[in-house]
Amino acid sequence: MCKIGIPRGMLFYDYYPLWAEFFEELGAKVVVSPKSNKEILNSGVLSCVDECCLPVKVFHGHVDYLKDKVDYIFIPKIISIRKMEYCCPKILGLPDMVKFSIEDLPPIIDTNINLRKNSYTSSKYKKAVYEAGKCVIKNSSKIRNAYKKAEESYQRYLYLLSKGVIPIEAIKMYNKTFVDLNYNSKKHDMSIMVVGHPYNIYDEYLNMNIISKLINKGIKVMTPEMVNKDEIIYYSAQLPKRMFWTYGRRIVGSAFSLIERDEVDGIIYLSSFGCGIDSILIDLIERKAKNKGIPFTLLTLDEQTGEAGIDTRVEAFIDMMKWRDKDDFNISTLR
Amino acid sequence: MILTFPHLGNVYIAGKAFLEELGQEVVPPPRCSSRTLEIGTKYSPENICLPFKVNIGNYIESIEKGADTILITGSCGPCRFGYYSVLEQNILWDLGYEVDMIVFDPISEGLDQLKEGLSKALNINSYKDVIKAGKLGWKLIQKADYLTQLSNEKRAYAIDSYEVDAIMEEYYKNIENTFGAEKMLKLMDEVEYSLKNIPIDKSKNPIRIGIVGEIYTIIEPFVNLEVEKKLGHMGVYVEKSLTPTKWVKHHVTSFPFGSKEENMKYQLAKPYLSTLVGGHGRETVGSAVYYAKQGFDGVIQLLPLNCMPEIVAKSILPQVQKDCNIPIMTLVLDEMTGEAGYLTRLEAFVDLLMRRREERKVGELLFGC
Repeated sequence: MCKIGIPRGMLFYDYYPLWAEFFEELGAKVVVSPKSNKEILNSGVLSCVDECCLPVKVFHGHVDYLKDKVDYIFIPKIISIRKMEYCCPKILGLPDMVKFSIEDLPPIIDTNINLRKNSYTSSKYKKAVYEAGKCVIKNSSKIRNAYKKAEESYQRYLYLLSKGVIPIEAIKMYNKTFVDLNYNSKKHDMSIMVVGHPYNIYDEYLNMNIISKLINKGIKVMTPEMVNKDEIIYYSAQLPKRMFWTYGRRIVGSAFSLIERDEVDGIIYLSSFGCGIDSILIDLIERKAKNKGIPFTLLTLDEQTGEAGIDTRVEAFIDMMKWRDKDDFNISTLR
Repeated sequence: MILTFPHLGNVYIAGKAFLEELGQEVVPPPRCSSRTLEIGTKYSPENICLPFKVNIGNYIESIEKGADTILITGSCGPCRFGYYSVLEQNILWDLGYEVDMIVFDPISEGLDQLKEGLSKALNINSYKDVIKAGKLGWKLIQKADYLTQLSNEKRAYAIDSYEVDAIMEEYYKNIENTFGAEKMLKLMDEVEYSLKNIPIDKSKNPIRIGIVGEIYTIIEPFVNLEVEKKLGHMGVYVEKSLTPTKWVKHHVTSFPFGSKEENMKYQLAKPYLSTLVGGHGRETVGSAVYYAKQGFDGVIQLLPLNCMPEIVAKSILPQVQKDCNIPIMTLVLDEMTGEAGYLTRLEAFVDLLMRRREERKVGELLFGC
């Protein structure tokens, strides 16, 4: 049986159910690299160019871990997933970067997915799906059926996200039946939006478990993936210029929508050092939050980040917000 | 309405003359200096790339000289340059500068918008005038690039390379007091004449280095710490993979097919990078292969810190280096770059290339291979 490796990094948190179900349906065995840990980070830092951002380095580590254990590694080249929009340039070049940075790799399935001018129903996309599946089985009708089934479980996953389940949890349980969906939002006195790219906010090693730390403090955590798609589109259209990054649109749109609708008490932006897209988004969101008087803090992650420092900053941020609620009556001082 | 625009190497010469031909008042920003960068760094977001910071410095220095409308080109991804205009506008407004910003986005974003911007900026009476001025501007861009390239070449061959610097310095000073395209062209002819008359040593066989990388850092001499000049004085012949002429050829005069040269570079890059990565990432890889094929001795890649497309290119270049057997050095630039360290690295690189050439020659003598 053919073994396909999926590295746990970059777009994993968006598409894992789709990819895994697809390959399993075709009869392949899917091997996922373990959660990021020190060894993976170190091997990634060693093999990747220095200037890269942390998630890309960690991704290299995951590929390095998988390379001797599988027959193929699946790193699709996702250029565009929405009309007239792009992904980050590093995602565009990800398979090429990996190919030339790590030696002795098994064949990489680097299907081009470019929907800049096409839609999901176009023949170009169907061809891309076939491309991805043909390494396992060369039967187009089987591939089509497998994709259909994968799509269904992907929809279940999306449904869970829309109900406020954090993707880390949703990945574990999208296939089970369960009762209590809103366990995250029960009894809380404060809600904080943790905003950033999915590979930063859902990789528990990189961000030192920030989401579970917040939940343990009795805080409701919101992430961009939980905001309704239509709202994201509506609020991101407020920008003076069309946002041409799909992930940038999701981040800005979701943050704007929660700020405007007054659903969050504070925003924590998790960014990785050297992220080009974030350098723009942070400025846009911070400006908006400032206008509306919502506390905003920025945590920058890199391979040198210490857990204690992050904890202190998060605690200080929460304390400030609590004091603000208790002592400040939101009456402006007379001048 | 007093127009200004950010600096991009010698483009301001053509830009200024083009707008003046159309009867607009123009204040080109003062040449980039450490003050420009200081202002820019102070007001820009911390993580943004270097060109943005220099742009902000340019604007503020021009506004101080009286400009009230800024012209820039736009783009729509995937490089972050496309969002410059929004951030820059916000920053300038926050600082209390009441300036207009006219952005020329690509045609795919809507022709009307582009037309509106153009008529607002250029004060168009008849399209005939614009085409006439545009032709003159195009001529000036080509000529200015030609002069820069000529000076680079002369520096490598000249007996006293500092003579070239003296002529070029004089030329840049005179530009500021020259108005209109005709006079500008005349000035350029004079400079060309005196450059050609510099005594040269034809027996020299200089080391040849190709410069690849991000367009802004290649073209703007302040940002790349005058890499051409520095290499020129070491007796190196320098060629740049991107110039304003090449950009205009690719994006304007041969729209929508793209210029021959760039398409050839895409082909060369194909085995390494088959799709776009934004910015000039693909061109960087293609140009490195191109220079290797042209028999250059080495390649230098320039990139501003955390430039996304160039990082992708950088991780691919080691493979090009191996396959094409050409040394490639990457220089990362930001506001903290120290000149001495930079110079040392350039010197070491040139030494290495000279040594390599010698070894090859000696190898031929000894082993006949």
